[in-house]
Amino acid sequence: MALIEVAGVHVRFGDRVVLESIDLAVPEGEFHGLMGPNGAGKTTFFNVLTGRVKPSRGSIRLDGEDVTGLSSHRIAAKGVARSFQIMTLFDDFSARDNVMVGLPEFRARGFDMRHAVAADQGFAETASEVLMTVGLADKRDVRAKDLSYGDRRALEIAVALGQRPRVLCLDEPTSGLGTDGVQRLATLVGKLKGKLTIVAIEHDMEFLFSLADRISVIHWGQVVARGAPDELQQNEWVKRSNLGRFA
Amino acid sequence: MIATPSNRSDSARLVTPAMLVLWLVLATVPLWIARVGLYPYLGIEILIWSLYALAFNLVLGTAGLPSFGHGAYFGIGAYAFGLCQFNVVANLWVCLIAAFVVAALAGAVVALFISHRRGIYYAFMTIAFGQIFWTLAIKSHKVTGGEDGLLKIARLPADFGVASFDLADNIAFYYFVLIVFALAVIGLWRLVHSPYGRVIAAIKQSETRAAHLGYHVWLHKASIFTLSAAISGFAGGLFAMAQLAAFPDVMSLHQSGYVVMMTLVGGGLVSFWGPVVGVFLFLIARDVIGALTNAWMLYFGLLFIAIVLFRPEGVAGAVAAMFEKHSAIRRQGHSAMRLLFGGGRWR
Repeated sequence: MALIEVAGVHVRFGDRVVLESIDLAVPEGEFHGLMGPNGAGKTTFFNVLTGRVKPSRGSIRLDGEDVTGLSSHRIAAKGVARSFQIMTLFDDFSARDNVMVGLPEFRARGFDMRHAVAADQGFAETASEVLMTVGLADKRDVRAKDLSYGDRRALEIAVALGQRPRVLCLDEPTSGLGTDGVQRLATLVGKLKGKLTIVAIEHDMEFLFSLADRISVIHWGQVVARGAPDELQQNEWVKRSNLGRFA
Repeated sequence: MIATPSNRSDSARLVTPAMLVLWLVLATVPLWIARVGLYPYLGIEILIWSLYALAFNLVLGTAGLPSFGHGAYFGIGAYAFGLCQFNVVANLWVCLIAAFVVAALAGAVVALFISHRRGIYYAFMTIAFGQIFWTLAIKSHKVTGGEDGLLKIARLPADFGVASFDLADNIAFYYFVLIVFALAVIGLWRLVHSPYGRVIAAIKQSETRAAHLGYHVWLHKASIFTLSAAISGFAGGLFAMAQLAAFPDVMSLHQSGYVVMMTLVGGGLVSFWGPVVGVFLFLIARDVIGALTNAWMLYFGLLFIAIVLFRPEGVAGAVAAMFEKHSAIRRQGHSAMRLLFGGGRWR
């Protein structure tokens, strides 16, 4: 049984159909890439997967449990973490506090008004360990808004990792990064691969084709091709669209 | 801004050096306030409004929610205190609890309707509900006394079983309010620095991110609004005792605006103490400038404009910035400022 099972998901905004009969099955531990032109519906699909948008019809199952239409916070609590295409961090918090707030043990105390956060060193230590995995250990006390663009991207992933998710959804993680930044991210994602189930929207074909186990191509709200990177490069539609031309 | 170990340890404390200094200074107020041409009742007003402004700042400063009708809960607390005294039992503790609970209920009802909103819509909804409560207070003559207010509210004695303290005298009442204020400050300080407070501050910065981290954003917003309304109501109960009456005026839009001005001028957006600074400035300006001209609000309004234009972080923010500069120069020093505020961000 796949960890994520999406069946016949359909989303319409008013009279505009954004997603049409999307099916997807992602086994545990797979890195599944999503690619397609701008406006294809990839981010909307992510929003459906993470509870931000409710599908008009269809179903989403997480490890066999129906999570269709659940709100973002409930889906997150079930182990689905995401990063955002437009970076969404707690800008006034330090890098460590950004991660700390996402820790499941911190979330469990989300209504605790009696104890001081600073009195529990465990939160800070765990958050620092997570920051170490993305190479931000020495910047843990720097406010998110004072970090460089690349570091903010890394922090986005650190926040998601802090949630100790089963499914990590990355929305264009290389967006705006230079060559070094992409390489650093590829190394990080490479280390995570196999340990987590990853679904990533990505326009950087080299990044995606080198890391993904399978890739789905979305166009006009539909999956038009799917397969391993090698298979996709032979796909007629992908060839015609130039999407996989780099390889 | 970089968090330092010293301010982290301050946030872990139940009582900070800044609190102790403030309480000590406030404890001496009755000894000298008349000598500087002011009067003890002003001290009572400052403490009650400070408590109200700190409660209000849970919503505006900590949660970033623009509530412009908060006077309603202050007024509801005042009426609840009086009505409890007249119709239920004339016991100080019961009446103060009534002020807290009734304001909390009113806040919870409003929170149900507004907590899924943000920004300007949130602000307008709070104004609309505030106006509804204000109108109800004016029109319900039989319950609230209408525009004449609820008169002859007594300053009930503080009965501890083994001993009872008469609060009729302004000095005695001042110290009672100071003790209540000190306890409330401890509670609010802890709340702001608790996991709950941190989550509220996170929601202020990004509701979307907070929701995707697993937080029920609506519930957190509703709860902080309700809590803020409850403490505002509690302050309103004290205000009814102070005034010996409850009037609908405190629920009006312009009175709700006062607490916003106090909080912003003081620097509530960047500092825990900002609202207290703002209340002090506002009420002193009212009395000192008001003694010279009836148009004191004109001058305070100009101050408000100047602060918004040049120091949007308020007086406390300006002091914090000055301290940061000072702190950078004397990083290794042990100045009085460092002792008080612990370095860096002093919220």
